[in-house]
Amino acid sequence: MELVGRKAAYKPYAQAIPGAFAIDKRDTAPCRMACPANLNVQGYVQMVKQGKFREAIEIIMRDLPFPGTLGRVCPHACEKSCRRLEIDEPISIRELKRVAADHTDLNDIPVPQIIKKDEKVAIIGSGPAGLTAAYFLALEGYQVSVYEAMPEAGGMMRYGIPEHRLPRSVLDAEINNLKRYGIEIHTNTAIGKDLTIRDLQQHGAKAVFIGAGAWKGLRLHIQGDESKGVSDVTSFLREVHLGDLKELKGKAVIIGGGHSALDGARVALRLGADESHIVYRRSKAEMLAEPEEIEEAEKEGVKIHFLAAPVRVVNKNGKVTGIECIKTRLTEPDTSGRRKPIPIEGSEFTIEAEHIIPAIGQEPDLAFIGDQSGIEVSKWKLLVVNPETLQTNAPGIFAGGDVITGPATVIEAVDGGKRAAKYIAKYLRGEQLPQEWQDEPPMGTNWVEIRDDEPLKHRLKAPTLSLGKRHKSFAEVNLTADEKSAKEEAERCLNCGGCCECYECVKACKAKAVTLETHSQKTEDISINVGSVILAPGFEPFKPDNFATYQYTKFANVVTSMEYERLLSATGPNQGHLVRPSDKKEPKKIAWLQCIGSRDINQCDNAYCSSVCCMYAIKEAVISKEHADYDLDTAIFFMDMRTHGKDFEKYYERAKKEQGVRFIRCRIHTIDEDPENKDVSLRYADENGNIQVETFDMVVLSVGMEPASSAIDLAKRLDVELNEHNFINTSSLSPVSTSRKGIYVAGVLQGCKDIPQSVMEASAAACSAGVGLAPARGTLVKEKAFPQENDVQGQKPRVGVFVCNCGVNIGGIADVPAIAAYAKNLPDVVYVEDNLFTCSQDTQEKMVEVIKEHNLNRIVVAACTPRTHEPLFQETIRNAGLNPYLFEMSNIRNQCTWCHSDEKEKATEKAKDLVRMAVARVALLEPIPDLSVDVNKSALVIGAGVAGMTAAVSLADQGFPVTIVDKSSEPGGAAKDLSRSWGGEDIKGFVAELADRVRKHPGIDMILDAEVVNAFGFVGNFETEIRSKDITKTVKHGAVIIATGGQAAGTDEYLYGKNSNVTLWHELEKDPVKLKKADNIVFIQCVGSRDDQRPYCSRICCTSSVQQAISIKEDKPEANVFILYRDMRTFGEREILYKKAREKGVIFIRYTRENKPKVTEGAKGLVVEVFDPILQQNLLIKADMINLKTAIEPSENEHLASSYKLPLNEEKFFMEAHAKLRPVDFASDGIFLCGLAHYPKPVDESIEQALAAAGRAATVLSKASIQVSPLASRVDVEKCIGCGLCAEICSFGAIVLEEVEGKGKRAKNIPASCKGCGLCASSCPQKAIDMLHFRHAQIEAAISAVA
Amino acid sequence: MTDFEPKIVAFLCNWCAYAGADLAGVSRLQYPSSLRTIRVMCSGRIDPVFIVKALKGGCDGVMVGG
Repeated sequence: MELVGRKAAYKPYAQAIPGAFAIDKRDTAPCRMACPANLNVQGYVQMVKQGKFREAIEIIMRDLPFPGTLGRVCPHACEKSCRRLEIDEPISIRELKRVAADHTDLNDIPVPQIIKKDEKVAIIGSGPAGLTAAYFLALEGYQVSVYEAMPEAGGMMRYGIPEHRLPRSVLDAEINNLKRYGIEIHTNTAIGKDLTIRDLQQHGAKAVFIGAGAWKGLRLHIQGDESKGVSDVTSFLREVHLGDLKELKGKAVIIGGGHSALDGARVALRLGADESHIVYRRSKAEMLAEPEEIEEAEKEGVKIHFLAAPVRVVNKNGKVTGIECIKTRLTEPDTSGRRKPIPIEGSEFTIEAEHIIPAIGQEPDLAFIGDQSGIEVSKWKLLVVNPETLQTNAPGIFAGGDVITGPATVIEAVDGGKRAAKYIAKYLRGEQLPQEWQDEPPMGTNWVEIRDDEPLKHRLKAPTLSLGKRHKSFAEVNLTADEKSAKEEAERCLNCGGCCECYECVKACKAKAVTLETHSQKTEDISINVGSVILAPGFEPFKPDNFATYQYTKFANVVTSMEYERLLSATGPNQGHLVRPSDKKEPKKIAWLQCIGSRDINQCDNAYCSSVCCMYAIKEAVISKEHADYDLDTAIFFMDMRTHGKDFEKYYERAKKEQGVRFIRCRIHTIDEDPENKDVSLRYADENGNIQVETFDMVVLSVGMEPASSAIDLAKRLDVELNEHNFINTSSLSPVSTSRKGIYVAGVLQGCKDIPQSVMEASAAACSAGVGLAPARGTLVKEKAFPQENDVQGQKPRVGVFVCNCGVNIGGIADVPAIAAYAKNLPDVVYVEDNLFTCSQDTQEKMVEVIKEHNLNRIVVAACTPRTHEPLFQETIRNAGLNPYLFEMSNIRNQCTWCHSDEKEKATEKAKDLVRMAVARVALLEPIPDLSVDVNKSALVIGAGVAGMTAAVSLADQGFPVTIVDKSSEPGGAAKDLSRSWGGEDIKGFVAELADRVRKHPGIDMILDAEVVNAFGFVGNFETEIRSKDITKTVKHGAVIIATGGQAAGTDEYLYGKNSNVTLWHELEKDPVKLKKADNIVFIQCVGSRDDQRPYCSRICCTSSVQQAISIKEDKPEANVFILYRDMRTFGEREILYKKAREKGVIFIRYTRENKPKVTEGAKGLVVEVFDPILQQNLLIKADMINLKTAIEPSENEHLASSYKLPLNEEKFFMEAHAKLRPVDFASDGIFLCGLAHYPKPVDESIEQALAAAGRAATVLSKASIQVSPLASRVDVEKCIGCGLCAEICSFGAIVLEEVEGKGKRAKNIPASCKGCGLCASSCPQKAIDMLHFRHAQIEAAISAVA
Repeated sequence: MTDFEPKIVAFLCNWCAYAGADLAGVSRLQYPSSLRTIRVMCSGRIDPVFIVKALKGGCDGVMVGG
C-alpha cells in the first residue's frame, strides 16, 4: 500500500541521515525512446500537469525548435508506445505539446548565452531538417546562413502541409523566433541557380548542410496520365500555398493513402471542388494517416474508395473526364507483415472527375547539386550519407531530411537536422568523425511500476471546428484543448522514467547542490582495499500480499505494522494524526494480528519467530492509546506473548493493567470486510473455545522479518554460507563470524533481533574485525593541523555576526537584511553580513578571511541549531586562529522561523532579540583550552565467566594488557553448568579452552578469589583496589568491563529441597541413570519469574527445557515429557527446536500465573496437578522427575555499583547508558557492560555482548590521549567552605573533597569526569563554583538582553 | 489584555528540552513567538537567581525545560 505519494526527488524520511534529497532515476520512459528526435516527453507532460507551459516549451526546445508545429502535425510515435495502453488509452501527448505551445510566447523563452564562433555554416533548404540543423549550430555559436529557393521559409511545413492543419501564424512565429538565435535566412535564393555549393564554400562556409527535401511528385505511370487535369499532390498543394490556385471546379480524385492524399482531398473541397474522392488500394486499416484525420476528412465529405487501384485516366480531347479503377483484395500478410493488393478481374469501375491528383510519393529534385559536385547519389535518387554522421562523400557537406530518406515526417527531418548539427560541430572542431553507425547502449525497462489502483480514464479528445465553419475555409480544424483538460490529461502520465529530467530542481536549488552533473551521475565500480568486511545489510518486512486469509491487498483498513508506524509518526502521511486509510476517520477499535510471516510453514516458509513483533505490537497499541484523545480500544491477537527482552515484561504488564490493551490468545483465520463502511470483522475462538465475532475499524498485521533479498545475493557473491532460513550461518560460540575468515555479520542478517541486540552485535563485529586489523591500527589516520591560536585575553570584544538565510528557510520568513542591519548597531559588533547559506563551503572559507581581515575575536552565527552546526563553525573559527569557544549560535531557524512561519514580522522581531542575546553573551565568552587526558592502555575485566573471558581475550589479542578478576576460585561462571548451546555446540569444552587461553595469554593477568574493594578515577585513568586472599593491590587501567554474571535463583516452591526428584535447571542431568529410568518427566517454567517479585522474563528457560526435553525423547522415546509453561518463548530460530519437541511428542500445557500447577507427594510418588485450557479440565500427572526453571538473577552487584558510581535497575541488573542505542556503555565514560550482569541471556548473546564491550573499550584504549569536553566546573578555593554539597550531588564523581593545607576540606573538580551539567554551580551556597562557558555572568548577560 | 504579548525566557537543557524545541521546528509546529531561549547544558545549571533576574529584568514568565 502506498501511504503517501512520493515524487522523483524525495527525502527518504524526515529524520533521514544524511538529511539530503535523493532523485529516483529509472530507465528512459518509452515515449521518449519512441520519439525520432528523442524529445523529453515525460518532462514536458509533467510541466503541463503543473500548468508550467513555458517550462514545457523550454524542455521541448532542448531538442527541437518547432513545438507548435509538431504539436499539430506530428504522427506521435510516442503515443503508440505509451504504457497507459496496458491499462486504458495512451496519453494525448501531441495535444499537450500543442496546448503548451499555444500558451507560450516564444519571445518569453530566454536565448541561452551563446559564445560566438567565427566559422560559417551554410544550410540549403529551410524545411524542418535545415532549420533544425541551423538552430543547433547557432546554439553552438556558429554563424549560420540558410538558403531557400521559395519565397518563404519553412519548406514542406509551409508548402506541403495545408493551413487547416497548421496555421501559418504558428509556423511564422516559430521561424521568426530562430532569428533571435542569430540565424540568417535568405529566401528566393535557389542553390544551383543563383548560387552553387562551391560558391557557398568560397564565401566562407566551412560546412554545408543539404536539407532540400523531396519536392518532385511521382507520376502514376498509367494510360492517360499525361492528360490535362492530372497533376501531383506536391505541386497541387504548393500552388495553393503560393496563392496561384484559389479555386477548383468540378470533381477531384486523389490517389494514395498517406497524409498528403488526405490533405489533397480536403484542400480540393476547400477550393470548391464539387466532389473529392480518394482511391486507395488497401483498406482503412493500412492507411498511414491517423484514424481521427480520416474521420474528419470523411465528415467533410471526402469519399474514400478503399481496395481500389487506378487502371487508366479517362480523357476526352486530352482533358481528364474520369479515372477507371479496379477493385482489389489483400493477400495474407507476407514475411514483412504487409498485405499486398491484388486486382479483382472484371471489377473495373469509373469515377468521373476533372482533376486527378496522385499522392503516391515524392523524390528529391537533385538537379541543383550539379554534375560536377561529386556528391554520391543512390539509385533511388537520394543523397548517400554516412548513417551516423550524415556526412556525404564530400568532406564538410552533410545532408538530412527527405533528401536522404525520401518523403518522411517532420519529426524525422528534425532528427536528421539535429544529428547533422552534432557532427558538423565536431567536424568544425576538427574532431575525428566515426565511420560507422554508433550503437546506443541498450535501453532498459526498469520503469516505475503501474499501480494496481491506477484509476482508468479516457484520453483527452481535443475539440474540432464545426463542419459549417470549414466550408471554403482554411481555418484550423483541430482546436486547442482547454487548460484544465490538458492538466487532467497530463495527470494520467505514469511517470515511467521516475525523474522526468525537467531540471526544475536544478533551477530551484539555490545552494547549487543539484546540478546537471548530478543528474548525469552513473553507477560506478569502486575498488577499496580492506582487511575486513562487516555485513549489516538488514532485513525486509514480510510481504503479506499473497496471504488470502488477511486480505491485505483487498481491504483498505488492513495495514502492515510498518505502515502503521508511519501512520503514527509525526512526519508520516497524516502528520501523526491517527486516521484509517479508507475514509480518514479516527479509528475507535484496532486489532493487531501477530505472527504474520513468522512461525508459519503453512502459508510461508518462515518457521522461525521474528523475535520483535510482540514487543512492537504492544508499543504501537500503547502509543496509539496515548495518542488518541478518545477511548481507543486496542486488541492484540497472539499465540505466545514473547516479551523476553530487558524490561519488556514490565512494559507488557503495564500495557495490560494500566493502559488496558486487550490480549487475546488466538490465531485469526478469517477476516471479513463490511462492503459499506469498510470495517473489518474477525472470527476467533476465545480461550474457552467459544466462537466470537468482533468488528474493528482497522487491523494491523504484525509482519515478521526476512533477510533482504539483496543481502542474500550479497552473501552469495561474497561466498558466505547461509543457513536454511537464509540467515548467515554462524556458531553460538563465534556469533558474528561468518564462514569466511575476515567477514563478520551484524543485525538481522545474522538472525531476527531487536535494536539493542543489533547495536550490540555491530560493536561485536567491529571488535572482531579490530582483532584482525590490530597491527594496522592508526596507520591511515591523518591528523588535522590548526593554526596557532590568537591570544584574545585583554582585547576589547570585536564581534562578527553572520546571519544566514538558509535558502528560504529563514530568509523566506524573517527579514534577514533587517536583522543584519539591527545587529550592526549592537554593542561590540564590528562586522555583519548575511549569507544565503552560512554553512556552505565557500562561506566558511570566506569567514576565515573576514575574521582575519577585520581582526574579529568573537563570532555569532544566527542560523539553525548549535546542536547540529556548532562544531562546524567552531572548526572554521579555529582555522582563523580563534579559540572555538569564542563562538555563539543564535537559533533563528529551528526555534524561530520554522515555528512562526505565519507571523513574519514577529519572527523578525524574535530573531533580532535572539541575536541581541547571543551578542551580549559572546562578548563575555572566554577562550577555553582543549582538555585531554592520557590513556592508560590497559583494561580491567571484572568477572571471569564466558563474557568476561571473551572480552579479556579480545582486548589482549588487540595488544591491550588486561587484568581479569573473579570472586570464585575457578573461571567459567554460570556456563560451567551448561553442556550445550541451543545450536548444539559443546559448551564445556569451549569454556575449558577459553579458560586455558586466558591463563596462558601473556597479555592477561588473572586474579581469582578476588573482589573489588574500591575504585577511583575516570576514563583513561582508573585505579581499582583489588583484594585477593587478604592481599590488596591497586590496578591502574584505562577502561573497565563489568561482567559479573548471574545464576539461577533458588526456590522453595513445588517441593524443591524436600523431594530429591524435584530439580533445578541442569541438576536434572547430574544423575543420568536416574533420568534414564524416569518415565514421566515434568518441566515447570517461570518458577519465580514474571511475578511481582521478579517481574522479568529470564529469556533462556523455555529453550533450555525444550532442549532437555528433546534430549530425553531422543534417549528414550517412550518417556512422557511435559512442559508446563505460561508463554513459550523460543524466540528466533529457537522456534525450530520447539517445533521439533512437539514432533517428538513432548506435551506442552499452558498454565496461568493465577492458576499455577500444584506438586504433591503421595504414596506413589510426585503428582503434578495442572489445568489444561484446551481440555478445560484439571490433569493429574504422575511425575518421576520434576525440573524447575527458576529465574536467572544477577550476582551481588551493589558494592561494585557504588564503587564506580554505576546505576542498577530494580532487579539489581546493571543499567546501560541507553537501552537501545548504547546497550554496552555506561553513562560514565570508559566503563562497559556484558553478560548476565546486564540481563539474562544465552551464551551466544553473552559472547556477542562481551565482544561488543571489548570493542567499545578498544575505542578508548586505542588512543594515546582522549579529548574530553573542557566545559567543566571550576572551584574557587577561596570562597569554598568545604560543605561537601557539591560532591554529594555530583552524579559523576567529578567533584571530591580534598584536604587543603591550613583550610581543611575543600572541593576539587576532576574535569575529565565532569559532564558540565552545572548542578554543583547552581547548588553551591557560596557561589564558589562556576561553569566554564556557562558562567553566571555569561548566562546573566543573555537574560539581561532579553527584555 | 488581548494585545498583551508576554516575553518569556526559556532555559532549556541542551540534551532534551532544547533538542525538543529544535524538533518542534523540524516538525513545523507553530507556537506563539513570545519565547526567548537560553541554552544550558542541564536544567541543573539553573540557579534560582537567574529566574529572579529574568523576572526583575521585565520578563513576564520563565520556563525551565529539562
